[in-house]
Amino acid sequence: MEDIIKTNYNRRSFLKVSAAAGGGLMLGFNWLAGCVPAAKEKTSVAIPDEWYDINAFLKIGNNGVVTIFSPNPEIGQNVKTAMPMIVAEELDVDWSQVVVEQAPLDAAKYRRQVAGGSQSIRQGWQSLRMAGATARRMLMEAAAQKWQVPVEELTTQAGSVIHETSGRQAGYGELADLAATLEVPAEVALKDPKDFSIIGHSTKNVDGPKIVRGEPLYGLDYYEEGMLTAMIIHPPAFGIRPGKVDDSAARNMPGIKDIFVINSKPASAPDQWQKTFAFPEMVAIVGDSTWQVMQAKRAVRVEWERVSPGISTSDYRNDLTALLEVEPAKPARLDGNPEQAFARAAKVVESSYSAPYLAHNTLEPMNFFARVTPDKAELIGPVQTPERLWKTTAEVLDMPLEKVSVQMTRQGGGFGRRLYGHFGVEAAVIAQRTGKPIKLIYSREDDMTYGTYRPAYKVKYRAALDANNRLIGFHVRGAGTHGSPVFANRFPAGAVDNYLAENHNLDSNISTGAWRAPRSNFIAGAEQAFLDEVAEAAGQDPVAFRLTLFERAINNPVGSDNDYDAQRYAGVIRLVAEKAGWGKETPGVYRGFAAYYCHNSYVAEIVDVVMKNAQPQVQKVWCAIDCGIVVNPDAARNQVEGGIVDGIGHAMFSAMTFIEGEPLQKNFDTYRMIRMKEAPREIEVFFVDNGIDPTGLGEPALPPVQGALANALYRATGRRYYHQPFMMPNSELGMALS
Amino acid sequence: MSVFKLKVNNEIKEVNVAPDTPVLWVLRDHLQLYGAKYGCGIGQCGACTVLVDGVGTRSCMLPVSAAEGRDITTIEGLAEGDKLHPVQEAWLEHDVSQCGYCQSGQIMTAVGLLSKNPQPTDEEIEAAMNGHICRCGTYVRIRKAVKTASQKL
Repeated sequence: MEDIIKTNYNRRSFLKVSAAAGGGLMLGFNWLAGCVPAAKEKTSVAIPDEWYDINAFLKIGNNGVVTIFSPNPEIGQNVKTAMPMIVAEELDVDWSQVVVEQAPLDAAKYRRQVAGGSQSIRQGWQSLRMAGATARRMLMEAAAQKWQVPVEELTTQAGSVIHETSGRQAGYGELADLAATLEVPAEVALKDPKDFSIIGHSTKNVDGPKIVRGEPLYGLDYYEEGMLTAMIIHPPAFGIRPGKVDDSAARNMPGIKDIFVINSKPASAPDQWQKTFAFPEMVAIVGDSTWQVMQAKRAVRVEWERVSPGISTSDYRNDLTALLEVEPAKPARLDGNPEQAFARAAKVVESSYSAPYLAHNTLEPMNFFARVTPDKAELIGPVQTPERLWKTTAEVLDMPLEKVSVQMTRQGGGFGRRLYGHFGVEAAVIAQRTGKPIKLIYSREDDMTYGTYRPAYKVKYRAALDANNRLIGFHVRGAGTHGSPVFANRFPAGAVDNYLAENHNLDSNISTGAWRAPRSNFIAGAEQAFLDEVAEAAGQDPVAFRLTLFERAINNPVGSDNDYDAQRYAGVIRLVAEKAGWGKETPGVYRGFAAYYCHNSYVAEIVDVVMKNAQPQVQKVWCAIDCGIVVNPDAARNQVEGGIVDGIGHAMFSAMTFIEGEPLQKNFDTYRMIRMKEAPREIEVFFVDNGIDPTGLGEPALPPVQGALANALYRATGRRYYHQPFMMPNSELGMALS
Repeated sequence: MSVFKLKVNNEIKEVNVAPDTPVLWVLRDHLQLYGAKYGCGIGQCGACTVLVDGVGTRSCMLPVSAAEGRDITTIEGLAEGDKLHPVQEAWLEHDVSQCGYCQSGQIMTAVGLLSKNPQPTDEEIEAAMNGHICRCGTYVRIRKAVKTASQKL
């Protein structure tokens, strides 16, 4: 059976060009050709003499080589391999004949060129399949015209159109010139997933060979003749701005071209950016080389002016704790009568959990290249939201949109940090002022102390058990700096008759932003650690306890707006329990379990901890994940492994803390990141094979592992871990309790 | 500013820079060799690792004045033409990279380790690689790749 799907592009999305154009459309943005010495570019396929643009996602060379453009930013989530795989699948071409290129930002051609919310594959799924399928159809129609046969009699196989009855066959390369002139079909057949030959088959990272050769792929590696280096001095604390700047010593240092104060904040900053332009005003230093600019930076004297309070960790720790004692004006969700349930409970379990601010710490610090002339502004670099950067830059530079372009490099990590492209705007402002192309580089310290942090969170849970140890009431009250972490309609909502979820917000001038799996990255761990306590109080096995709740949510759900599918949720729990042999005790191995749903995917994890020299060591993590069809299984496993290591690392070790608005952690000597010795010895990942369209993968594996870890640590050490980072004893929100 | 002669990937290069300029920035800004990455500037993350006389060294902490007369190998100098170093091959075999930014430093430390100790134990691999941060968390694969490379050597 084939799914017939209507073409849902507007016509503009298929920029068809005549054969004569021969790929001219693409010439403008292959900047890497100017960046990588030609001799180093080794392609395993012959370069065609002529390219034919079939649609926005692909062009075909006269020798059959296919270039597929990966539309979305590549931050390490491997969409640059996975998205083209989807196109190639429906195009029906041999992967060895595919060359992948990063598409430039083009809001008219592509939808949602964003890396965020684990959405690239989910949202791109249909349009990528359509791009491949319509191109295949156009190639078949070209063959039908050439051979004067009905298109229905044609089939394709690995880059060729075949007419079986006459025995004729033509490679895509021979048909591409004619295909490029044809109308885009209004309707097209998509493959049955059971016929997939590329999707579902592990395919190596298309940039892997370049990465292991150290080729210049990243924004920080971008270079062109005549380019200058720029760095910034942003306020060292939140709540202050630059006043008087004394650059007399720095100005005369070797290689220094200019020093000035910039203001890069757009008047109409999008809401999401409002908070994250934490430091609109900063000092810019422009010079010949990075080291020279770093030296000059240290010689600039800035007098800082306070504009808002300097907040310390003890302040928000006290404020969040106090907020959790306050009943909010109205609940986020209320089912039944929790008050009565708690009044008649045989047992009440109550606990609070907290987690500190976290920095993203992409290993490649923020940077961007910009060249601004009166005629145009060209930006090149790593950003997760290129379209927003494009629009903001046009506004700040006061240039029409068509004169501004943004191109994406490979990105040395994202984790949400590069959703906030203020650094790209800053680069543009500095380039405009300088009149020369510049590459803006943040030092690690600039990067770590700029903000857009994962907020600090605290949450209080209460659970009511009746005399038969059934969960009859559940109450969660959450608070965070810029929003509560609580998702009111997620589990256990829907599984408990009497349920109350409440949210508090604590305002702060410490800027926050999306950090891998926003809110879930804290609340999953807290909730799953709490449920472990409740199961224990009820005298039940933690897995069995949850499955009982899911039975309720499946058979007779409470409320109608529950976010999750209880069947799929229970499915991953059963799968991981079976694979890990849950219930089987191994001496010296301490197990913790957790499950969570976010980014439309279901994850259940089991963490095995052993004690080594009186220190806990994660030996193995088992993960079952239901994220629908898995495009690239081994790369998907890599994402899950990474999410697990990321979750364990931050829960165990990492924290940002403040004194009077100043971040105390400025580099990796004080901000502790997980390293190899602390990483799990082994991670085993099981995907649920259900044929459902793909859902999120980059984020969902992270949140629950913090809960599974806390639960395993409890069994290993006999104490509950309420406050992250767990290995900072007696701390709350990253600060020691006095 | 002074002129320094550096031996990088078996070629002698001359640069005119301040004596305290770290080798990392000489490579990147003056020799257009971008394989060594900037991650922290204080020797904490390992992204800038190169081999100096065969030993994995943080190029962000090594002033150019101390590097003269020494044998510097960057990741660009590992492969011989099309023939990748076994460590690079092992990295591809395990498809280690996510963002990939830290990997050239990781690879250089692994090369340095295996050149001195071709059959390291798990503990020795961890001890050698623990100076690196992989923000994407590919440690499980890095461990396997070092093992695989050690079997190939």
